[in-house]
Amino acid sequence: MKKKIVTIISFFIFFSFNSHALIEVDITRGNLNPLPVAVSPLFIDSTSENKISKELGNLNIGLEISTIIENNLKKTGLFNPLNQDAFIQKPDIAHLKPRFEDWQLIKAQALITGKVEMLENNLRVEFRLWDILAGREMLALAFTTVPNNYRRVGHIITDKVYQRLTGEQGYFDTRIIYVAEEGPKTQRIKKLAIMDQDGANTKYLTLGNELVLTPRFNPTNQMVTYLSYFRNLPRVYLLDIETGVQEVVGTFPGMTFAPRFSPDGKKIIMSFAKDGNSDIYTMNLESREVEQITDHPSIDTSPSYSPNGKFITFNSDRSGYQQIYVMRSDGSNVKRISFGTGIYGTPVWSPRGDLIAFTKLHKGKFYIGVMRIDGKGERLLTENYYQEAPSWSPNGRVLIFYRETKSGDQGEGFSATLWSIDLTGYNERKVETLTDASDPSWSSLLTK
Amino acid sequence: MTKSIFISTFFHIFMIILTALSLPFMRRAPLDLPAIVSVELIQIGDKTNLPFAPKAKKILEKIKKEQERVVSEQAPPKLVKKEKPDAVPLPKEKIKKKEKIKKNKQNPEKIETEIRQVSEFEKKEIFDPNQIAALIDKSKEETAEEIKKNNKLTQSQDKSIVSSGLTLSEEDALKAQIFGCWSVPLGLPYNEDLLVRIKLELNPDGSIVNTEILDHARMNKPGQSFYKVLAESALRAVKLCQPLRVPATGFERWKDLQLNFDANEMLKG
Repeated sequence: MKKKIVTIISFFIFFSFNSHALIEVDITRGNLNPLPVAVSPLFIDSTSENKISKELGNLNIGLEISTIIENNLKKTGLFNPLNQDAFIQKPDIAHLKPRFEDWQLIKAQALITGKVEMLENNLRVEFRLWDILAGREMLALAFTTVPNNYRRVGHIITDKVYQRLTGEQGYFDTRIIYVAEEGPKTQRIKKLAIMDQDGANTKYLTLGNELVLTPRFNPTNQMVTYLSYFRNLPRVYLLDIETGVQEVVGTFPGMTFAPRFSPDGKKIIMSFAKDGNSDIYTMNLESREVEQITDHPSIDTSPSYSPNGKFITFNSDRSGYQQIYVMRSDGSNVKRISFGTGIYGTPVWSPRGDLIAFTKLHKGKFYIGVMRIDGKGERLLTENYYQEAPSWSPNGRVLIFYRETKSGDQGEGFSATLWSIDLTGYNERKVETLTDASDPSWSSLLTK
Repeated sequence: MTKSIFISTFFHIFMIILTALSLPFMRRAPLDLPAIVSVELIQIGDKTNLPFAPKAKKILEKIKKEQERVVSEQAPPKLVKKEKPDAVPLPKEKIKKKEKIKKNKQNPEKIETEIRQVSEFEKKEIFDPNQIAALIDKSKEETAEEIKKNNKLTQSQDKSIVSSGLTLSEEDALKAQIFGCWSVPLGLPYNEDLLVRIKLELNPDGSIVNTEILDHARMNKPGQSFYKVLAESALRAVKLCQPLRVPATGFERWKDLQLNFDANEMLKG
């Protein structure tokens, strides 16, 4: 029977393919070398330059924005911005119509040109993305904003270019909130700090007189939830970054850990210990009603919602060792997904929904890794003495986490730094911060 | 009562019809398989490591002997491992085989899982003989390396060896050139079909007269924006590589050429 069917199907396909005999060659491999991109400094005419100098001081804004774009692209590991010294064509002409041969000569495959001007009191930035080999324009956009916002314009341009060239949403016009740390290990001062994803514009949001932990962004807007100790009692706070307004969501008994928003931003999910047993709870931010999600004698912590809000991943020691579990958002259907050797913790669901990032402790070393949501395909991206708390970039390609170094008996030599790594595992970079830093959380895109 | 009789009669008739229809298929067909079936058996065996049925094996050996008469020196070493004849197949078979792999491509996810399930077991077995082959022949080093990485590659290679009108070395030269030029966009979604087919019209010196994306309509479909990115990367690769390393002779044969850019293997691993 089977053979007959196979024969019949083959017969039909045979005839359908017999009609043309074009030579076909399969290209199943390519290179993963970064794409050579030329970012020409944005052109600015002299009148606009004078006006901008008055506003922003002596700043070559065209060059500044192109450098922001260059640095962003370089950090992705997917692009190779070419050295500006090699550029043959000047920015003013390049912006109108690039001489593609000149850019081909320096091996650029894509070119970004642009123009900055002052219109009344606003900054207008126009950019174009060119496909050098095809000799045509791929994208052209203009933005108008207040002059002080020029860094964001650079990030937004990078987002647009990144999306056009890779097919994936960018993550540059975003911010990172983290716990800034200062002082010796035994007397750390911890402040809440926020910065652009490239490390610029750092601002401190708390004074440092209270211990702050685990700040997390609301995926839908610029609100942050975090944990702070007030008279030795853990309190969950909400903070509106734009207005600076802070409010207490609630004081919870015993050990409270890692509050995190639901994908719609209407709930907070966290774990706290009630009667000595740590379980997972949600709190509705409007009604302030608390709902218990897990009820198990083991320690359940670090919950994180799937992007569609239907599932929750968390870690629990119900099997004897701490492992990662997934359940429905009502707490039913609990399934263990991590089965490797070692201890697994801090699971975080990717914004794309396809992966779960985690921290793993195995033989005294800490790993940051990812696995698919059914627990298969575990990949360890980076290994170190101590590192944890991965947080996803909004497009689900890069993870940011923090790393601590070994310290002596007196706490000397101790440092905590932020690092990022992409899903390939090759592009690991230190994220520069003004002070020591831990517990980073990546915001969603500021402009959607 | 009448109802029961009616139901009983209905089911009896149904069973009789069912038996009448299925009985002919129960009959064992003689195993004089056409070549296409044997090819399929080899490939399934290759993936799952199932032993051949004794009868099928005999037939395969018979076919193998027949085909050994037209042995080509350029057949790759891996074919030996697979107990596949080192042969340039007869024209009919050639086209059949091509079509069979096409079918795979249209249903990539299914094949993918099949391969993933068994690849761990397969890797070692396939790896060894090829590595030896690679040691003997440096030019095959790349081939061996590929097979070690991914079993699926063997198949796509098979396909091109058999179906293209270029000789192995001609094709290798072209492939190697384009491999170097194609920067695969890394942001592509993992759960989509990442195959772009590009038709080229060439000059005798290998420079490009015209390029055409064969599934052009897909570029503007909603939710397929990644396809545009992929297609553009393929076009960039072709343009970057020109003039292509085409054979010095037989222009008529390759003046129209189709390149299938397949990012599935690279990105899905």
